[in-house]
Amino acid sequence: MSAFLSVRDLRKTFPVSRGLFGKPELLHAVAGVSFDVPAGTTFGLVGESGSGKTTIAKMVMAADEPTSGGIVIDGSDIATHGKAERFAFRRLLQPVLQDPYSALSPRMRVDRIIDEPLRIHRTYSSKAARAERVAYLLDAVGLPASAAQRYPNEMSGGQRQRVAIARALALEPRLLVLDEPVSALDVSIQAQILNLLRDLQDRLGLTFLLISHDLAVIGFMSTQVGVLYLGRFVEVGSKETILSDARHPYTLALIASAVPEADAAPVTGEIPSPLSPPSGCVFHTRCPVATDRCRQEVPSLRQLKPNHLVACHFAETTRKETRNA
Amino acid sequence: MSDLLRVENLTTWLATESGIITAVDDVSFSVRPGRALALVGESGSGKSMTCSSIMRLLPASGHIAGGRVLFEGEDLLAKSPAEMEAIRGRKIGMIVQDPMTSLNPLFDVEDQVGEVFRYHLGDRSRRARRPKVLDVLSRVQIPAAEKRLGSYPHEFSGGMRQRVAIALNIACAPKLLIADEPTTALDVTVQQQILALLRDLQRETGMAIILVTHDLHTVQRFCDEVAIMYAGRIVEQGPVAEIFARPAHPYTEGLLRALPQLGGQEDRLPLIPGQPPSLASLPAGCRFAPRCRRATDLCRTEYPDWMATAGETRRSACWYADEVLG
Repeated sequence: MSAFLSVRDLRKTFPVSRGLFGKPELLHAVAGVSFDVPAGTTFGLVGESGSGKTTIAKMVMAADEPTSGGIVIDGSDIATHGKAERFAFRRLLQPVLQDPYSALSPRMRVDRIIDEPLRIHRTYSSKAARAERVAYLLDAVGLPASAAQRYPNEMSGGQRQRVAIARALALEPRLLVLDEPVSALDVSIQAQILNLLRDLQDRLGLTFLLISHDLAVIGFMSTQVGVLYLGRFVEVGSKETILSDARHPYTLALIASAVPEADAAPVTGEIPSPLSPPSGCVFHTRCPVATDRCRQEVPSLRQLKPNHLVACHFAETTRKETRNA
Repeated sequence: MSDLLRVENLTTWLATESGIITAVDDVSFSVRPGRALALVGESGSGKSMTCSSIMRLLPASGHIAGGRVLFEGEDLLAKSPAEMEAIRGRKIGMIVQDPMTSLNPLFDVEDQVGEVFRYHLGDRSRRARRPKVLDVLSRVQIPAAEKRLGSYPHEFSGGMRQRVAIALNIACAPKLLIADEPTTALDVTVQQQILALLRDLQRETGMAIILVTHDLHTVQRFCDEVAIMYAGRIVEQGPVAEIFARPAHPYTEGLLRALPQLGGQEDRLPLIPGQPPSLASLPAGCRFAPRCRRATDLCRTEYPDWMATAGETRRSACWYADEVLG
C-alpha cells in the first residue's frame, strides 16, 4: 500500500541566541525522522515535552518550514507548493488541537464557526447548501442541532472539542493532525471523543497523525506507533509490537508508567536540554541498563524484525535486563 | 489507629454568575497517619474545593456552610485566622499542580525554604538555617543541593520545581500533606519519580497524604483509600484494591471501563454517555442518574442515602450498590 503521508529524514533546527551578542547555538528540535502513514490508518507519535512531536506536526501542517527533509502528502511534496496549491492543500489536511477553547473564536456562534471554512473555500454555491452541510456535520460529531445557536463558552470541554472536529471535517479533509486531542478532557469525556474519532475514521476513511504523551490513548487509536525522544525515534513498530514486545528501555519505561503492575526499572533524571544532547545514545543519561558503549557510540535505528525498528545497542536483551536492573 | 483528620458533613458554597452553588455537598471522610487517601473526580466534582475548605483557603466567593474538619481532634473550622497560619505549612502541608504559582519568583531557593524555618520554628540566623535547608533539599533528592541554593525557581525544571515545593511543605515535618494534582503538569517519567519520592517521604515520616487526582492509574499505584466524587458529593469510598476490583457505584464502574487499557484490543471504549450536570441546575434524586444505565424512578426522585456495602470499610451512594457489586 502506498503511503498517504510520507515523511523523509525530517529535521528542524532553531537558532537560540545566548545573550544580546552571543553566538547563536543550534537547537535540534527534530533530528532526522522518517515515517509513512498509509491511507485510512493512524500513526501515533508518543513522547514527552521537548521530544519534538509538536514540531513535527507543525511541519506536516506546513505551519513551520523544515530545515531539511521532505514531506509528501497524497503524492505531492509540500515544499514545492505554490500559493494556489497551498490553499488547496488546506482542504486535504486539518488540525484538531488540545485546547478547543483557544481554537474557537468566543465571538462566533457555533454554526458560523463550522461554516467559516466553507465560506472561505467557496465549496458550496448557496447559503442553504452550506447550512445543510453544517447541520450534517453537527450530527456527525454527535451534537444536537440546537448547538448551532450557541457560543463556545456555553459549552463543556467535550462539546467544544466536538465543534472543533466538526469544523476540521467541514472541507472533507483526508488527513487529520490530532495534537493531544483529549489531554484537556475528563476521563469519561475522553472515551467519548476517542470513540467518535474512530467512528469518523471508519466512516470517512480518514488518515490520522495522532500526537499524545499518553501511551494508553496512542495504543487505543493507532495502527503504527513511533516513540520520540529528543527529536528522534528510539522505537517504531506496529501498535501490537510496541505494546507487547517493546525493546527500547525508554519505551519500556513509558509502558511501565501506564500499567500499574509493570515491573520495569524506573527511569531516573529528566529529559536533557536539546541544546546539548548527550553523547552516544541520547537516552544513556537516564537509562537503567546503559554501558560505556552507549555513552560513546550512537545507536542506529535498526530493524529487529519486519516493521520493528529500535535504536538501542542491546535491543535483543533489554526486556530481560530492565526487569533485573 | 485513630483518625488524624476527620471531615464530617463538610458543605461549601460558592457564589458564581449563575447563582450560589454547593461545590462541596455533605462530604465526610477520614485519613489515618501513614496512609494515603485519593480524592478522585472529574473537573467540577469538588475535589479541590474540599481541600481548600480543609486548609481554609477558599476564594473570596467561597463560604463553608456547614460541617466539621477535625484535625488531631480539633475543629479547624473553629480556628482563628492566626491559628490557621500556624498550622498551614507546619502541621499540614499543601502542594499544588503548578509549583510556579506557589514559589516566589523573586527569591532564591535558600531564602524560600529558609523562610519556613524562620516563620514556624523561629530560626533567625541565615547561617544557622543553612544546614536545615540543605538537609530538606537532599531529602527531596535535589542533586548537588549546595550548588543550587542561590538558584531561582525559573532556573529549575518542572520536576525539580515540584521537589522544591515539596521541600517547603515537608520542612516542618507536617502530619498531613495535601497534594492537589502534584504531577499533572509533569512528564510521565518524571511523574513516577515525584510519586516515588512522596511515598518514600511518607514511609520515612509516617505522614498522612491526601492526593487529589483525576488519574486512576496513579490512585491504583499510590493510594490506600479512595473517595470518588461526582457533582460535589462522594459517591463511593473504601480501600483502593477492593474498589478497583469490584466497584459498587455505576459511576466508578463506568470510569474504570472508559479508561483505555494498554494492549486492549477493543474497537470502542465502553463509555459513560452524557456529561456531568451543572452544579447550578442539579437533577432531583441521584446526580448520576441521567447518565446511569441502571437508573430507575427511585434514583430519579430520591438521593440514595449512604449504605454500607461489602463490609464496614466501603460505602456507596447507590440504591443498587449490591447489584453493581454483582
